[in-house]
Amino acid sequence: MLNTFIGDAGHLSVIVAFVAATVAAYSYFMAARNQPLGQADPAWLRLGRGAFLLHGVAVLSVIVCLFGIIHGHRYEYYYAWSHSSNHLPVYYMISCFWEGQEGSFLLWIFWHVVLGLAIMRWNKLWEAPVMAIFAGVQLFLTSMILGVVFGGAKIGSSPFILLRDFLVDLPVFKMNPDFVPTDGTGLNALLQNYWMVIHPPTLFLGFALTLVPFAFAIAGLWKGEYSKWVKPALRWSLWGGLVLGVGIMMGAYWAYETLNFGGYWNWDPVENAVYIPWLVLVAGIHALVLWQQRRTALRTGFVLVITTFLLILYATFLTRSGVLGNASVHSFTDLGLSGQLMIYLGAFVVLAIALLIYRWKSIPISEKELTTYNPELWVFVGATVLCLGAFQVFVTTSIPVYNAFLGFIGIKSNLALPADQIAHYTKIQLWMGVGIALLSGLAQLMWWQRNDKSTVSNALGTPTVLTLLGSALVILLLRYNGLEIEPTYIVLLTAALFGVLANISIISQLILRRVQLSGGAVAHLGIALMLLGVLGSAGYSNIISKNVSGLVYSKEFPEDLNRDNVLLWRNDATPMGEYDVSYTGQYLDVPGVPGYVNKDLLFRTADEYKALARAEIKRADKVYYKAGDTVEILPENTYYRVEYKKRETGESFTLYPRAQVNEEMGGLLASPDIKKFLDHDIYSHISSVPDPSKEKDWSEVKESQLALGDTIFLNDYFAVFRGVEPAKQTTGLGLAKGDLAIQADMLVFGEKKQYHVHPVFVVRNKMIGRVPDEIEDLGLRISLNSVDPTAGKFTFGVSTTQKDYIILKAVEKPFINLLWSGTLLMSLGFVMALRQRRRPDKPAPVVVPQLSRAAKAQPEPVA
Amino acid sequence: MKKAHILVIAVIAVAIGIIMSAAGDASVYVSFNEAKERAADGNLTKVHVVGRLPRDGQENILGLEYNPVLDPNYFAFTLVDTNRVAQRVIYFNPKPQDFDKSEQVVITGAMRKDIFVADKILLKCPSKYVEKDIKGATASVN
Repeated sequence: MLNTFIGDAGHLSVIVAFVAATVAAYSYFMAARNQPLGQADPAWLRLGRGAFLLHGVAVLSVIVCLFGIIHGHRYEYYYAWSHSSNHLPVYYMISCFWEGQEGSFLLWIFWHVVLGLAIMRWNKLWEAPVMAIFAGVQLFLTSMILGVVFGGAKIGSSPFILLRDFLVDLPVFKMNPDFVPTDGTGLNALLQNYWMVIHPPTLFLGFALTLVPFAFAIAGLWKGEYSKWVKPALRWSLWGGLVLGVGIMMGAYWAYETLNFGGYWNWDPVENAVYIPWLVLVAGIHALVLWQQRRTALRTGFVLVITTFLLILYATFLTRSGVLGNASVHSFTDLGLSGQLMIYLGAFVVLAIALLIYRWKSIPISEKELTTYNPELWVFVGATVLCLGAFQVFVTTSIPVYNAFLGFIGIKSNLALPADQIAHYTKIQLWMGVGIALLSGLAQLMWWQRNDKSTVSNALGTPTVLTLLGSALVILLLRYNGLEIEPTYIVLLTAALFGVLANISIISQLILRRVQLSGGAVAHLGIALMLLGVLGSAGYSNIISKNVSGLVYSKEFPEDLNRDNVLLWRNDATPMGEYDVSYTGQYLDVPGVPGYVNKDLLFRTADEYKALARAEIKRADKVYYKAGDTVEILPENTYYRVEYKKRETGESFTLYPRAQVNEEMGGLLASPDIKKFLDHDIYSHISSVPDPSKEKDWSEVKESQLALGDTIFLNDYFAVFRGVEPAKQTTGLGLAKGDLAIQADMLVFGEKKQYHVHPVFVVRNKMIGRVPDEIEDLGLRISLNSVDPTAGKFTFGVSTTQKDYIILKAVEKPFINLLWSGTLLMSLGFVMALRQRRRPDKPAPVVVPQLSRAAKAQPEPVA
Repeated sequence: MKKAHILVIAVIAVAIGIIMSAAGDASVYVSFNEAKERAADGNLTKVHVVGRLPRDGQENILGLEYNPVLDPNYFAFTLVDTNRVAQRVIYFNPKPQDFDKSEQVVITGAMRKDIFVADKILLKCPSKYVEKDIKGATASVN
């Protein structure tokens, strides 16, 4: 049934949202024009508020319509058909919502609405000018999903387009315009992960939060209020730094758990596009704190806060315009909106920079010259280091843009991203890390005290000595374990240790004074721990699945090549690092049953999502399914059971790396399974399996005649023919009355266990049918070929195939938990800093009271 | 000289260094002939080559060599670049599972003797993100 109402309602809501945003932008602009800050033309203000509220309602209505289409499986709509399917659980339907470009724009728009309402509620003083900028951004964003043709130009891409309008040329629609597909093409398998339910909203909230300080800064420039905007903008920037940082790390964790490139960060342009603005935002937060507490670096604050938002727009342009082309594996589809995106980006860049230049001379600067004993100087240098780190990633990630630009002006350019991206980025980012760790420790130690030569060396003394001792100890331990350490790693290790110890020393002092003040130190401690985690897990990542068999197929380049994957035959143990590893079969996920269920226990039916239990499925004493029961299964993922056994201690654990055969994505999608120890992870993923779409290559059938109780040799195994019984598993045979179906019961003795085999023999209307039975573990197939009732003889056909195998890659990641726990500490630090700045009227007691110089620098109370 | 000036000069110096390092590390898209010339000149930096896989009449890819039972880390194939020059390529990793379906292949690596040793393969499958056909659509129309 074609339902065009819901799509029309949605499309209409988009148009209303667009028009309302335009009205709101204009009205707020008029309300704020020629008025000092805090005053506004009441009539225009009322109109602006009304229009923005209407805009919010319309955006909600768009979301409800789009989700209704996905949830109601309305495949007449392209969006539902291409992003969803019948078997998708509700929580993944939420991910479908933002799998497409339009939905992710919608998510971003939604967060802007929420933040706009929050500003209307809590930042009344700034409402009119800030909301004028908010509504202006919304006007551009809603135009991206408008989907109208205006004067021959397509403006935006609507998520409510019907399938028949998208795939116009498909013959089905010529015959039957009301044709509705019965199922969708489904959600990209890699996105079927709980992190993908929560990661995109977090990231887009982070995107949206960068608009707030930007809008405050622009409003400040516009109204000539160069200082008052800092306080509210700082709080919002801290929120932005927190949410964007957490969002990035969620993406990293998702990649670690789901993708199989072997880590959490791949320097993919899509990742970099968010990393760059986050670094600049964090630098901007430091500049704002400097102005707020010490009355310096205001111009820097303006520049960085504005740059952050422009970089977010640039990220949008990079990932959504198709300019990345070959450079990224996971950019969005090109919707032909690059022109629109460029206008959007260009408009904001030109307006913001022009306004900044116009007001530059009026922005107050501090007269005092900073000395090396001013912590402000070191905070400033730290922010500069962050910006330089961001600059490197920006310059390299933009390489495809240079090609596109040069091509546009007629110069052919064939530049490509560096072949070894990790090495390229590491050589600058590592030094950024060193700088951050050292400066964060130094500036934190100096921030809380009055500084001269003796106090500084006093404060630095203990952490420095402990750092050097700790660093020496680690180097000795590494040597003792036979590991190399490069000089650059020694520097990073020492710097990060100093960052850890200096910040711990600050926290221990602040706990005695006022623990709320230690947010900054906690966040910096988190960063230093993250650096140690990266150093351990990336610098000392150790591939344990080296090919140790000595069998190397090619002799062409034997010298320096890594052979990082190992072939594991089913049920054969293979030595790997300090483990003996064996692959012991394929498993499926059965909802309701803990763990995974062996495929051998499941008889697959014509319905992919249902199987029959061949035997009891039980866990401990609880029986979940009896033999013959229909079992609901999730057929997409196959879990390959891999047992690790430590040779020395005999300790063992089991991993289930999974793989999904997916025709649309072209091939096999493998996801790792990770065993987490306190001090390292064992990360393993499938690199290859025998091609499941190819028919197995069976040997020629060898026939043998057996009587009841006979024993027969099958390759390396032997089997006993125990009897004949009426067939049990007859589903799928379509038996009718008068048909005869019998099955043989044969017991095969494998290496480790025994297998019951039941080949079936059917007689119907004097026609004979045979259903062979297969033991995947042994690569054996047995059929009951003929029955001679008079002689009591049964003829069996036996054929063999290559045994099942997997190709596995396993990597040890030392101290990766430092990275995750550092992330948590960093987030905690942000939260503490936010709590500390919660009360607007209480002056922040940041500086030690006995200082006369610092007292001057105390912030003026800001209303 | 003020500290601010020293800082500005240092920042500019580092920024220039960063741009130089990006320019130095940036790779290039080349043809196989160019890759051979670079190797002959002793230039062993890695390059990108874009190409297609040669297929026979039945859409089978010609010249694939992967036998995991012998060596799971040895995969060899032939790639035809945009100038229609065919070149044997070795990749010391398992064969990517979606290799057979890809239309366009981008490899990075360098020529070693007369073989291109690839260390990265990027596959472009045309249907990866944009669906163009409805499965079974014609069958269900009555």
